[in-house]
Amino acid sequence: MRLGVLFSGGKDSTLALHNAAEKEKVVCLITLVSENKESFMFHTPNIDVTGLQAEALGLPLIRKVTEGKPEEELTDLEEAIAQAVKDFQIDGIVTGAVESVYQAARIQQICNRLGVWCVNPLWKRNQKALLEEVVAEGFKTVISGVFAYPLDKRWLGKQIDEDLIEKLVALSEEYGLSPSGEGGEIETTVLDAPLFKKKIEVLDSEVEAQGNSGVFRIKQARLTEK
Amino acid sequence: MILVVDMNSTENPFGFYEFVLPIVSIAEELEKCTVKHYLEVNEKSLSGYDKIILSGSALKNTVTFDQTARFKWLKDCGKPVLGICAGMQTIGLVFGGRVEKCREIGMTEITASKANILFSSTFKVYALHNYALVPSTDFKVLAESANCVHAIKHKQKDVYGVLFHPEVRNKEVVERFISAFQVNRRI
Repeated sequence: MRLGVLFSGGKDSTLALHNAAEKEKVVCLITLVSENKESFMFHTPNIDVTGLQAEALGLPLIRKVTEGKPEEELTDLEEAIAQAVKDFQIDGIVTGAVESVYQAARIQQICNRLGVWCVNPLWKRNQKALLEEVVAEGFKTVISGVFAYPLDKRWLGKQIDEDLIEKLVALSEEYGLSPSGEGGEIETTVLDAPLFKKKIEVLDSEVEAQGNSGVFRIKQARLTEK
Repeated sequence: MILVVDMNSTENPFGFYEFVLPIVSIAEELEKCTVKHYLEVNEKSLSGYDKIILSGSALKNTVTFDQTARFKWLKDCGKPVLGICAGMQTIGLVFGGRVEKCREIGMTEITASKANILFSSTFKVYALHNYALVPSTDFKVLAESANCVHAIKHKQKDVYGVLFHPEVRNKEVVERFISAFQVNRRI
């Protein structure tokens, strides 16, 4: 099975890529760059880092800009997947969906129309276990967005490690947050992972935050030897 | 001990993670489980299990539709069975029903038409199918959406089927099936 990964550069899509690559051949990445900050489907900080991540992985990247209007962005996604089918002869799409039936159902519909498999290797997985797998597998992942109380700018740019997982789990128990950010509470950016041939070094960044909402924006980065 | 039957085609090595493990996670809260692929299951391999759950599978996967002979054990196993999506469709085919095109993908409202042990009233479910089951007269219909039958029970046997995916939303449906047929359940 030749697979394309719907790739945001965060921990879920990168872990899904790794899980998929253990069993089948991943041949390309697909990234939707949404101009709508409120998009439920695609908005994520540091989406532009996916270019470096693709280079680090040695995989071609289909990058498509979408205005991010609720249903039009799905048309844009379908066009991007159709391009992957045409250019890379993929048999299926891999997503990092864990809990969101909103996202999962829409991607299932697109794959169904295009006649390709929709593969969700992380679907319904325990969220703490997912975070632990990310750390155990040696991912270097930083928090690149916070969007819920009581998270604030102090979390931005922090690397996900065992201590941070414990803190996130404690917050989930106290405030009902999803520990891995399934409700959009946090966004992440992966700077290194086992399949990366090089790692990403952040040369310049900024934190932009107000109250319980903020982003860690990577302004300049490069690939370096591991 | 519950036997969870993996209904995914061997062509898709990821179906196990997406359609089987979530069922196991729910079931193991209540009882021990073993997973076997449908190609490994026959009359002889059922001893030691007191109930059986047939998983769902990916949208592109209809491989069991043409392999109903492999599932003839469903007719005589005498054990409670719950089939989910492809599991329900396969149960229905084994007992003389047929499938027809009916696409529902996403949250869908269904209404219970008969009192039963799994659910009641009108509620929303996660649907992921291109085909619906038209069951034979061996079954009574327990629930329907606006488009198709969503739950069935055999008229004489403890054989149930749901077209929706309770492992995604409405996990209590799986829990109620297990609890209803627990050998040592407290009354």
